[in-house]
Amino acid sequence: MRIVHHPVLGEQPAARTVEVTVDGRKVVAREGETIAAALMAAGIKVHRYTRRKGAPRGLFCAIGQCTDCVMIVNGMPNVRTCVTPVADGMTVETQRGGGPAQAGGNTRRRSAGSGDRVRDGDD
Amino acid sequence: MPSTLTTFGYPSLDELRSSPGYPARERAEKGPVAVIECVQEIPCNPCETACPRGAIRVGIPITNLPALDADKCTGCGVCIPKCPGLAIFALDMTYSATEAALSFPHEYLPLPRPGDVVVAVDRGGKAVCASRVLRVSDRPANDRTAVVTIAIPKEHADRVRGIARRSEGNDIG
Amino acid sequence: MTEFDVAVIGAGPAGLAASIEAARRGCRVLLMDSNLRPGGQLVKQIHKFFGSKEHRAGTRGIDIAVGLHREALEAGVVFWPDTSVYGVFPGGALGAVRGMLGGEPRGVVVRASTLILATGASENAVNFPGWTLPGVMGAGAAQTMINVERVLPGRKVLMVGSGNVGLIVSYQLMQAGADVEAVVEALPRVGGYGVHAAKISRAGVPILTSHTVLRAFGETEITGAEIARIDESWTPVPGTSRRVDADLICIAAGLRPYARLAMLAGCRMTYSSALGGWLPLHDRAMRTSVPGVYVAGDVGGVEEASTALEEGRIAGISASERLGMIGAADAARDREEAEARLSSLRMGPFGRPRYDAKEAIYEEGANACPRP
Repeated sequence: MRIVHHPVLGEQPAARTVEVTVDGRKVVAREGETIAAALMAAGIKVHRYTRRKGAPRGLFCAIGQCTDCVMIVNGMPNVRTCVTPVADGMTVETQRGGGPAQAGGNTRRRSAGSGDRVRDGDD
Repeated sequence: MPSTLTTFGYPSLDELRSSPGYPARERAEKGPVAVIECVQEIPCNPCETACPRGAIRVGIPITNLPALDADKCTGCGVCIPKCPGLAIFALDMTYSATEAALSFPHEYLPLPRPGDVVVAVDRGGKAVCASRVLRVSDRPANDRTAVVTIAIPKEHADRVRGIARRSEGNDIG
Repeated sequence: MTEFDVAVIGAGPAGLAASIEAARRGCRVLLMDSNLRPGGQLVKQIHKFFGSKEHRAGTRGIDIAVGLHREALEAGVVFWPDTSVYGVFPGGALGAVRGMLGGEPRGVVVRASTLILATGASENAVNFPGWTLPGVMGAGAAQTMINVERVLPGRKVLMVGSGNVGLIVSYQLMQAGADVEAVVEALPRVGGYGVHAAKISRAGVPILTSHTVLRAFGETEITGAEIARIDESWTPVPGTSRRVDADLICIAAGLRPYARLAMLAGCRMTYSSALGGWLPLHDRAMRTSVPGVYVAGDVGGVEEASTALEEGRIAGISASERLGMIGAADAARDREEAEARLSSLRMGPFGRPRYDAKEAIYEEGANACPRP
C-alpha cells in the first residue's frame, strides 16, 4: 500500500526499482527503501516466528531498536529489516527462531541492537 | 481542570467564548473576522507575527493566549495557514442574506474545488449541513496548508468548522 | 584511529545543533548516527512546529532537518551516517561499526577528548493480550512508514494513547489515507495539546478518555481490538467493552531516554517521571558527572524537538569552552541566550512540569557535574 499522493509530501517521486525475492516470491521494491517498507508495500506483515512458541512477529519500532522485524537476508539471520535497505537480487526469508545457523548448531552473530526489547520473553 | 476540550478533544462554545481569541457575536455580524480557537497556554506565537495589521497579540511569554483585536482585524485570513495548530478560522456573516462564509485550514486530499458541494462538519466531525465551496487557496506562502472557504447557512456559523474528510485522495496502490 | 576534538553521537536536532555550535567555534567535530540519513526523528515530522520565530515556529520538522544538516556541513562538521557506536572507553576512545546497513561493516576507533551524547529516546510499549502480533506497532513506527517510506501500514487504525505523539500520528495517518477508528486514552483527560486533539476531532475521530485496550484479535495479523471504559482504579467497567475493527494498532505510550551509551560512559543516572524515566544527571550547561561528556536532547529528559535543539546548542557551547575555543565569559553569555529560548518553551500547563523537573535535575547536577 504505497502512498502515491500526499497533501504535504506531494507526489511520490519516481525511483529506480529493484527486485528482491521474499520466501521465493518476487517483490518489486523502490531503490533506497528499507526491506520492511518493501514488504509492507507488498502486503507482507509477518517477518518471523519466535523460537519457542512459534508466534508471528512483524514491524514494531521501525528504527532499528527492538529487533522484532529481523529476517534472514542473503542467508544471514537476524538482519533488522526496518533499517536495512533493499538491494537488487536480495533474498529475504521468514525467520524461525534464531534462523538456520541455530538449527545447524553454529553460533552466528546477532545484528547490533538486538535484545533491546524482549517481548513476552519468547524472542 | 476538566473541560470539554480535555475530555472529548474539542472545545465547547463556552470555553471558546471565554477565550481572548474568539470574536464577539456583534463583531462577527459586521463583517469578516478571524476566529481563534486556542484555549490552552502552549508556547506558540506565529499568529502574532503573521498578522499584517497587528490584530493578534500574544506577547511575552509566548504561552499567553492569543488575543484578537477585532477592531483591527479585517478577516483577511493570512493567519489561518500560519497557525501550527490549525486552530484559526475566518468567518464572514455578511456573505449573503442567508449564508455565512467560513474559511478553515485543510491538509487532506482530495482538495475540494470551488463549486463542489461538500458536507460541513462541526468540531467533533459530525455532519451539520451541505455547503458550497467558494474558494481554495493553496499558495506557496501557505506552505502546504490549504485554506478552504465554504458557504453555510448563517445559523450554523458557530458550529461548522470544516468539511468531512474523504479517504480516497491518496491513491493508495 | 581517527582523532577529533568533539564526537557527537546522534544526528537528530540535539546532535546537529551541538555539532554546529562546536564547529562554528573552531572545534573539529565528528557527528555520527546509526541511520543512513541525518535528522533523527525530524525526518518524519511533517507538521508545522510551535514556538516563536527564533525556534523556527511554523516550519515543518522535515524542513528544519534539511536546514540543520546544511548548516552543519557549512560549519565543517564531519558526518558519518550508518555508524553505530557500541563502546565508550576510558581516555576518550569510542568503538564504532560503520557500514552495517550499507556496504561491508568495519570496526573503527574514534578518539575525541569531548563527547556529546544526543542519542534521543525510545518508545514505551503497552502490554495487552495480542500486543506482539504483526499489525501492532509503535506510533513512531507507523509515522516512519507513512512519512519516510510512504507505505501505509494499515487502513483502519486504533491509536492507543492521546499524548502529542498519538494525536499527531493519528492526524498524519489520515493525511496518508488511513481512517482512524478511535484514540483510546486510559487517563480521564486528553494528554496532548488541545489543538492537535481538535484537528482529529474535526475529522470525526472519537477520542475515548478513560478507555483502554483489553486485547487485540487476530491469528497471524491483527483484525481488531476489544476496548472498554475503565474506572478511577483502572478497572474495566462491566458492560462497556466493545470490538473495534482495525488492521493497525498504534501504541503511543510516551518515550523514555535512550541512555545506554551514557551508562556505558559511566554517567551518574537519576530518575524523573516527568522526563520519561532514568536519564544521565546533568547541569544547566549540559555537563554530566563524567568530565568531558555532555548530553543534549531527549536522552537527558524527554521533551520535544525544539527543546532538544536548544539543549544541543548549549552542549556545543560548553564543549567549545572545555576545549578552550571560547572563554568562560563568552560561553556563559552564549548559553544564556539559548537558555532564554529554552525557558520560553518550558512554560504553560504543558511546559511547566518539565521546567520544574529540569530545574531539579540541574540543581542535583550542579554539585555532581564537574566544571572545566
